[in-house]
Amino acid sequence: MKFHWFHLMPYQELPKDFSEKYHSVWVDVPSHLFDPVAGHRFYNEYLDELEFAAESGFDGICVNEHHQNAYGMMPSPNIMAASLARTTSKAAIVVLGNSIALYNPPIRVAEEFGMLDVISGGRLVAGFPVGSSMDVNYCYGATPATLREKYREAHDLIIRAWTEPEPFAFNGKYTQLRYVNLWPRPIQKPHPPIWVPGGGSIETWSWVGERDYQYSYLSYSGYKRGEDVMKGYWDAIDHLGVDNNPYRGGFLQLVAVADTDAQAEKLYSPHIDYFYDKCLHIAPGFADAPGYRTVATIKAGLQSQFGSQARSLRAGLKWKDYIDGGFVVAGSPATVREQLKDVIERLHVGHLMLLLHFGDLPRDKTLHNTDLFAREVMPHLKGMWSEWDDKWFPQSLGEQEVQQPAAAGTSR
Amino acid sequence: MAQAKTISLRRGAFKIKTWSAGSGRPLLYLHGIDGLNGWPSWLDGFTGAWRVVAPQQPGFGSSTGLDHLESFLDLSLFYLDLIEALGMERPAIIGHGLGGNIAAELAAINPHAVDKLVLVAPTGLWNDEDPGVDVFAITEPEMTKIAWHDPEGAVKRGLVKIPKTDNQKRAAILDRAKALSTAGKFLWPIPDKGLDRRAYRITAPTLLVWGASDKIVPPSYAPLFRKLIAGSKVVRIPRAGHSPMLEQPGRFVAAVKEFLT
Repeated sequence: MKFHWFHLMPYQELPKDFSEKYHSVWVDVPSHLFDPVAGHRFYNEYLDELEFAAESGFDGICVNEHHQNAYGMMPSPNIMAASLARTTSKAAIVVLGNSIALYNPPIRVAEEFGMLDVISGGRLVAGFPVGSSMDVNYCYGATPATLREKYREAHDLIIRAWTEPEPFAFNGKYTQLRYVNLWPRPIQKPHPPIWVPGGGSIETWSWVGERDYQYSYLSYSGYKRGEDVMKGYWDAIDHLGVDNNPYRGGFLQLVAVADTDAQAEKLYSPHIDYFYDKCLHIAPGFADAPGYRTVATIKAGLQSQFGSQARSLRAGLKWKDYIDGGFVVAGSPATVREQLKDVIERLHVGHLMLLLHFGDLPRDKTLHNTDLFAREVMPHLKGMWSEWDDKWFPQSLGEQEVQQPAAAGTSR
Repeated sequence: MAQAKTISLRRGAFKIKTWSAGSGRPLLYLHGIDGLNGWPSWLDGFTGAWRVVAPQQPGFGSSTGLDHLESFLDLSLFYLDLIEALGMERPAIIGHGLGGNIAAELAAINPHAVDKLVLVAPTGLWNDEDPGVDVFAITEPEMTKIAWHDPEGAVKRGLVKIPKTDNQKRAAILDRAKALSTAGKFLWPIPDKGLDRRAYRITAPTLLVWGASDKIVPPSYAPLFRKLIAGSKVVRIPRAGHSPMLEQPGRFVAAVKEFLT
């Protein structure tokens, strides 16, 4: 079983009356609310936290891409990953990921992921999300009706760029390049493992399965609601006739560990409120651009986790409701262990991404949560799925070959 | 009674639902982002002197072929083909919103194919000072509030169809998603796709019709279009929003008939 520490990098100083006064936390959240000096502190603290997670023994550290978003300050996760590639040496660097349809030309992703894989000694997980509707349609102006076709073309181009040893021409509908010739090529062969975070389209399930990629559902609504999506995925895998190796699947869960259940509420409850009340205050009009979800997906009744329905479901919830509803797994190490074992089995996932930082959780509590999880929870669950091989984890260079940063002006 | 018919074009690449009625000179109606699910009764006002055809555009309802259309050039060529297939010679065209945008493009690309042009709150231009409501970023209830001069009246008069059963609700969600997705294929994220560079080619006499309370394509766009299309005239319909032919059918039909006759 693999555990990954996931950072969203939220802005922590939204005004108290943010959700009453402002239209949305995403897309049109006015940038005058962002104080760059506070941002300086947050970015540096957040990198410290990811580094601490790597030292604490998490299998991977995760960053992702959001735009014009006060709960995710990473328009470019690759910048964070580049920093982490230098300051960590063992953990997988899980970039989950780059919205490949947005890059023009998309070989930019092949190049930057190539650089990250080479710098990190082959520790990169390459995430290829379609991207949320807020990010791709509203912030970056991609046309919803053609988004998925454009995504697939970008994917084909990147894979060819990574795997073909000679220059080639690419005559696509969305990208035309006379000379594709990738420098630097990634260390991992044939290319870094590809994870596809999804939730917006049922066609993605079999597309991922057919290509032997990993599928992750990044849910903020917890495992109870995540079950529908993951069941859809496993049914599609079953239908394709490939094995149901749990490492094909990943899931994101908010987790809060303390010495006791009561302590967990005391420590974390206000920050959970910040996360759900402010960070997820998304205008329903931005949740789901017409054409973003496919007709088949709408017919299947799959709801956007950012839409009006999800919003009304969460309205007025408090700590106890979040725990009972499975949004957050929280409590003493024993409580969390027991529940996560159930989550892992129910969703049948070999990769669990932990949101151990949420909302405006301060550094000391984040490190406490991370430390308790690493010492008191993770070791007890590591042995799960040991009968399966994880083919979706980076194959990095051996420890002897991985370069360590040396202080400037010194040599080893 | 209007006649419903499905027209097949380019060896079945397009299957287009059409409704037609009346006899006389040819008149084509191109609907806007709301789509078209049957003969609109306000077109009855024209059937005495015109043969009126109202196609449902590819990607709306059950009309197919959207995959073959990527741009206004594709749309214009498609409609020129359709006009020929319908046996309409130099029709007058009434186009609403997106339909007006297509009609203007078509008339710029082939000025000889159109007799007269009626553009009802057409999209196709952009004004930073008055962009209009982003219809792609609002929910269905918000849409009802902004689309009409008198939203409550529109609901009472049945201009807004409110689904009752679960099946109707599901169908409505799907219909709306398809319609707006199709419109977005050509209008996303800003509807200016270069019409202002081509509109000088339009030679057909042109009437610009605007609901005075239009919040989607505000009336401030009327003078912009008038400047681009030589000899065009503007008619403002009071107490109407984005769909004056539905909210004020009497005044609308009278003004358009006077222009076409």
